[in-house]
Amino acid sequence: MMDEAMVKQPIPKEKFKVIGTDDFSGEVIARPQIGYWKDAWRRFRENKIATVSLVVLLLMIIMVIVGPYINGINFEDIDQGAINQGPSAEHWFGTDALGRDLFSRVWQAGRVSIAIGVAGALISTVVGCLYGGVAAYFGGAVDTILMRIVEVLFSIPYLLIVILISVITESHSIFTLMLALTLTGWCNTARLVRGQMMQLKNQEFVLAANALGVSPWKIIIKHLLPNTLGVILVAITFDIPGYIFSEAFLSYLGLGIQAPNTSWGALASAAQQTFAFYPYQMFFPALLIALTMLSFTLLGDGLRDALDPKLRK
Amino acid sequence: MEPILEVKDLHVSFNTYAGEVKAVRGVSFHLNKGETLAFVGESGCGKTVTAKAILRLLKPPFAEIKEGSEIRYQGQDVVHMDKKALSNYRGEEVSMIFQDPMTSLNPTMKIGKQIMESLKIHKHLGKQEARKEAIELLRLVNIPSPETRVDSYPHELSGGMRQRVMIAIALACSPNILIADEPTTALDVTIQIQIMDLLKDLKTKLGTAIILVTHDLGVVANFADRVQVMYAGQVLERGTTREIFQDGRHPYTWALLSSVPTLAKESKQELYALKGTPPDLILPLNHCPFAARCEHCMAICKECMPPETVLSDTHRVSCWLQHPDAPRTLTFHGKEARS
Amino acid sequence: MSEQQKTLPENIVEVTDLCKHFRVSRKATLKAVDHVTLSIRRGETLGLVGESGCGKTTCGRTMIRLYEPTSGTVKFNGKDISKLSGKELLQFKKDAQIIFQDPYASLDPRMTIGEIITEGMNVHYHYSEEEKRKRVNELLNRVGLTSDYANRFAHELSGGQRQRIGIARALAVNPQFIVCDEPISALDVSIQAQVVNLLIRLQKEDQLTYLFISHDLAMVKHISDRVGVMYLGNLVELASNVELYDHPLHPYTKALISAIPTADPDEDMSKKQIKLEGEVPSPINPPEGCRFRQRCRYACEQCQKETPALREIKPGHFVACHRCEELEGKN
Repeated sequence: MMDEAMVKQPIPKEKFKVIGTDDFSGEVIARPQIGYWKDAWRRFRENKIATVSLVVLLLMIIMVIVGPYINGINFEDIDQGAINQGPSAEHWFGTDALGRDLFSRVWQAGRVSIAIGVAGALISTVVGCLYGGVAAYFGGAVDTILMRIVEVLFSIPYLLIVILISVITESHSIFTLMLALTLTGWCNTARLVRGQMMQLKNQEFVLAANALGVSPWKIIIKHLLPNTLGVILVAITFDIPGYIFSEAFLSYLGLGIQAPNTSWGALASAAQQTFAFYPYQMFFPALLIALTMLSFTLLGDGLRDALDPKLRK
Repeated sequence: MEPILEVKDLHVSFNTYAGEVKAVRGVSFHLNKGETLAFVGESGCGKTVTAKAILRLLKPPFAEIKEGSEIRYQGQDVVHMDKKALSNYRGEEVSMIFQDPMTSLNPTMKIGKQIMESLKIHKHLGKQEARKEAIELLRLVNIPSPETRVDSYPHELSGGMRQRVMIAIALACSPNILIADEPTTALDVTIQIQIMDLLKDLKTKLGTAIILVTHDLGVVANFADRVQVMYAGQVLERGTTREIFQDGRHPYTWALLSSVPTLAKESKQELYALKGTPPDLILPLNHCPFAARCEHCMAICKECMPPETVLSDTHRVSCWLQHPDAPRTLTFHGKEARS
Repeated sequence: MSEQQKTLPENIVEVTDLCKHFRVSRKATLKAVDHVTLSIRRGETLGLVGESGCGKTTCGRTMIRLYEPTSGTVKFNGKDISKLSGKELLQFKKDAQIIFQDPYASLDPRMTIGEIITEGMNVHYHYSEEEKRKRVNELLNRVGLTSDYANRFAHELSGGQRQRIGIARALAVNPQFIVCDEPISALDVSIQAQVVNLLIRLQKEDQLTYLFISHDLAMVKHISDRVGVMYLGNLVELASNVELYDHPLHPYTKALISAIPTADPDEDMSKKQIKLEGEVPSPINPPEGCRFRQRCRYACEQCQKETPALREIKPGHFVACHRCEELEGKN
């Protein structure tokens, strides 16, 4: 052992002068400084699946932006001479029953699908945060009434709402579709935000701010919202695939996007009748729906793990 | 006396973003049959990690027991035990009670069932027998009317009662070693006494060896046979309870002793306080870990680790003050530090 | 002391018949604080001890209006705090501050230490950025840390360091009165002494008044001038530090004091200790009469019927027990 060797060697006497404690007038921190987001990003990157999902989604977004222009064929152009063609050098994903190029159409459809997903999630988040925040901050009777309303809305099947709205407004525009989807979609976010804020409201740092005389408004902005942000972000990533799927489902039923505009759901719906003969028409939109939803869900999983302060090490 | 547990040169590390945190750095000790050994130290000194390592409760890859560490239970190698042997070892030979009885009980299960679970697995008892045994165990830990309590849920019990149930579960298969990790820290003072009394009682009744992990020297004085004082993942001093309390030789032991609250002290006077905080275990430490906070620190203390000086059969201390060239120092009790 | 302070009443805080009840359900009410009367003199430290659930924390929080009292009044510098509003309320929030128990939950994880300390200054003072920075450095130095800490986040600090940040946050608004809500119970023994020393030093420097809430009787004795003992929402005994520990009168106080462990393996604790049977009953629908009677070996019929009032047995020594006179001297 090292220690024994040291003892056998004579140690110079001056080494045994008492020098006393270190100067602790300012304690030093040994570990490197690391902020909340930097730390979350580090943990996110450690999660391989989530990182791959993020890359897939980024590629998807780039393709949705530039995809319709790559092969130079407009997504609305009808080529009577090339109906129901399989994938080829000219039409990479083939053509549909009207002779439209599916490659351009798939990416154009993706624009609509992803836009609806993102917009729907954002609208429901904003509404949900405000609603949940108000319920949590005021508490008591206000909270009880607001939450009962949420429960009632929550129990109405959204298909019913969509049909009612399209009957009442007599339109099938993106706007009415969004309205129908988000009318009850925010309820979940509202519940989530309320739960999180209720918990935070009794945390000691919020009480401390209260004791310092910080105004309620500032407490919400500076303490409650930033500490709910992680939860909200995760909720958004889980909401987006939900909206994409809802839209696809409605379009598939014919209640969604109308021609000449298109979405992944509408494409799949159109391909459905000739599915037995031209399976590729169904394959590409279905693949993209599945890939997007899966990526968003896995991304949300990764984010939840990365942003959970309990898992910080 | 034969040791039933021997730990040699135990090293445990945690892998974190900032690097490897060496939580336990070469801890060796043994535990004799039926004796009570206390690990004393502040949070982060490696006492709980050591206890968990004995039961192999540390989760790789985040935590790992380093190569070369040796844990032997009655001659068996614990570090390399396979799953099946480990399950037997954990249930029947060594068991553990934790600080917070609320989080270590399953809230959706009746307490009787939770006790019966391990009886069924390890003792292969039938349902009726297991239930009877569970009631007996509840009686053993002094729970009033155990016949009805056996069907209670954890939330129906108070903190002290829950800790009693935890002890009953730990004793279900009459283990040879009971590891108690801060068993009274989460409890109120009047309840603390009750639980410590119960443990003392069981110790004499069942002859179980106990490893008591605590930061509270007051609890140790009347309970443990031997004490080892830990700091920054190392054992600084070890000895019988009497040796540590009445003739402690390490300056850190003195600091701990003086921090035990007494009613005799004058009010509003400056309390004796150690300066600074324990070293961050991410740093390499090749000298005495306590040097930076030690009033008696010498130049040598910051250069290399002191060897363990043998003071008696049981009493050992790792401190440079024991070196013949070190200046004469008085201990906490005013005795000569070097005999 | 300034001219203005001389005219202020001797008691900085006066609590009269304070009740704080929480409704748990339609039928059950949790009586966290029930008819507590006490006063805190300017510049003193009043210790408040008791087991978990005895209402000491609720009592402290109600005193600085973090909770609205159910009934009874709290007067701060002679003014009823529940009637304050606007500027007066803001002034009160500056004068009365709190330090919390859990050093992990009491600092916002998303804020830097600098932001946490300046939060109160932003409300009560109009400092420039430069003045703020100077003040933060000054406060960090006062609690024994360097200015480097201002840019760090709470999770990078140890428990003791965080607790000192909590103290710096309270000091930032120059308070007169600080409720120390179990400030040391979550800390290691060697760190506890550091924090207590810091609190005592700050009290001397700034003439602060403390309400020191803790379950650690020995530490409370060390820091306090007077000590109050609470049990299940009631104040059962209140006396000067020396008097309470040398001549406890309430059976519960006696048991608590005897439970303080000693670091002497030769002393047989079991002889000295008064063991209490059972556990603290739930403060939801507490027992009638004296709340301690179920665990008290001297309980008699009177204890079952009447709730004992807090009486002044000796000058400055208040006890709520029917039989304390006859039991004096007994264990």
